[in-house]
Amino acid sequence: MIILFLRRAVKDLIKNRFLNAITVITIALSVLIVSAFILFFININDIIDSWKKGIRIMAYLKSDVSPIEPENIEKKIKLMDGVIKTRFISKHDALIQLQTQMKRQSSLFTTLKENPLPDAFEIRMIREAVNNEKIERLAKQIEALPSVDEVEYGQSWVGHYINIIHLFKLTGYALSGLFFIAAIFIVANTIRLVLYSRQEEVEIMRLVGAEDRFIKAPLYIEGIILGALGGIIGMLALYMTFFYISSNMERHLISGFFNIRFFPTEISCGLVLCSTFVGWLGCFLSLRQFLAKNNRI
Amino acid sequence: MHQRIDVKKTMIPIIRMFGVNQYYGRKKALRDINLDIYEGEFIFISGPSGAGKSTLLKLLYLGEAASHGQILVDGVNLSRIVSKRIPFLRRKFGIVFQDYKLISSKTVFDNIALVLEAIGHKRRFIQKKVNSVLRSVGLEERHNAFPLSLSGGEQQKIAVARAIIGDPKIILADEPTGSLDAKSANIIFELLKRFHRRGGTVIVATHDMELIRKNKGRIFYLDKGVI
Ligand SMILES: Nc1ncnc2c1ncn2[C@@H]1O[C@H](COP(=O)(O)OP(=O)(O)O)[C@@H](O)[C@H]1O
Ligand SMILES: [Mg+2]
Repeated sequence: MIILFLRRAVKDLIKNRFLNAITVITIALSVLIVSAFILFFININDIIDSWKKGIRIMAYLKSDVSPIEPENIEKKIKLMDGVIKTRFISKHDALIQLQTQMKRQSSLFTTLKENPLPDAFEIRMIREAVNNEKIERLAKQIEALPSVDEVEYGQSWVGHYINIIHLFKLTGYALSGLFFIAAIFIVANTIRLVLYSRQEEVEIMRLVGAEDRFIKAPLYIEGIILGALGGIIGMLALYMTFFYISSNMERHLISGFFNIRFFPTEISCGLVLCSTFVGWLGCFLSLRQFLAKNNRI
Repeated sequence: MHQRIDVKKTMIPIIRMFGVNQYYGRKKALRDINLDIYEGEFIFISGPSGAGKSTLLKLLYLGEAASHGQILVDGVNLSRIVSKRIPFLRRKFGIVFQDYKLISSKTVFDNIALVLEAIGHKRRFIQKKVNSVLRSVGLEERHNAFPLSLSGGEQQKIAVARAIIGDPKIILADEPTGSLDAKSANIIFELLKRFHRRGGTVIVATHDMELIRKNKGRIFYLDKGVI
């Protein structure tokens, strides 16, 4: 029975290949666009995350603080909102670090009688605290501590883009939703066209005693095949585009800054499943409408 | 075989109509029809065109629901049937439609096979049975042709083949010889008679009095929707 339905479905798909090809292409395009958005955001999120991890506040202490003061300050800073980790960098450590960084100019240091560097704290924040306002507030709080001379925090330019990225994300969600719905309607429409072109056939099938499920099953199979095919093609197209772009980026040495990645297999499969479901749903909607309208009794 | 039919004939009717009326808007296509048809009978429903013959057949296979009255088919009350059971009601009938109702996008073979596919038979069985039925109507070699490439007589034969193949209890034939030459009409009628000889019930709607005179059968005469 299933083989019969499958054979009928494939026969119909081939018979209406033009219409079906257009449907598959449309689904593929929708999948391509939706998944491109998702892929883009996954990677943007990666970048934001790595940036958030990288951001820190440096607090330089006054040169005349007592030897036990750093410990007090650390305690105070640790109690502040949003702080996750602090690290004390003594002026001694800082100098060594500087020397290793500037090996070539080591002669520069030999003339130094005294270490000119201050003691410092490196402060890292919990992720949620990483935005411009909170960083600024925290920095002010730290700066207000009596033994702290100066506070420094960098890379705040990324913070300005976060809002834009959020806006972009919202647009992405909206567009994805739109394409999802559009795909459903397109499949529904294709199946509807198939049904109307076969209205007579459906009626005759019913007259010779075919149950509705006998009429429906091949159409569902067609819808599912259309959806799955569109999903797979869209995914492949995205993968090829991704491959092209990422290999280009490697050539331009941008990749050193961040790693871009493709979907994990589960998400790829999920998206194909999703478009298969769209095929089924489109079929379901048009069948429900069609058979209800044509059931005279 | 014949013995069995004759016994049954005296028992319960396979089709009963009580006070059946059919309206199309204000027009009455059938008025107060009462009839009993027994299993194994050969029935003619005659009358001029527009008398309501096709309408009467349509009510039997629920092509339309009767406006008024009760119809029983093989123990099933058609006014009480749930729509899920309608396909099973229709499988009791083999129907030869006046306009054949062959699917023009399917081959002769597929048109006939459809009936068995819908019931859920195996492919092997379907293949054998369709070929044998096609042989019996003499169109074996046309199994791959499409209906519209066939003559009216050939299409009519295919329609009869499709009506027979599902081993129905009753054959309904609406003007089965309507537009045929005498020879084709004869072949078609032989097929119906063969089905009848094997114990089937046949109901033929026709306005052709000549045909009725030449063949045996019980006759209902319809005029303006009245028997
Ligand atoms: N679907 C319909 N809508 C309106 N009138 C119809 C319909 N079917 C049949 N009729 C009318 O009912 C009457 C009987 O029709 P029909 O049963 O086809 O007659 P017959 O088959 O005896 O020639 C005719 O007058 C016809 O016009
Ligand atoms: Mg008629």
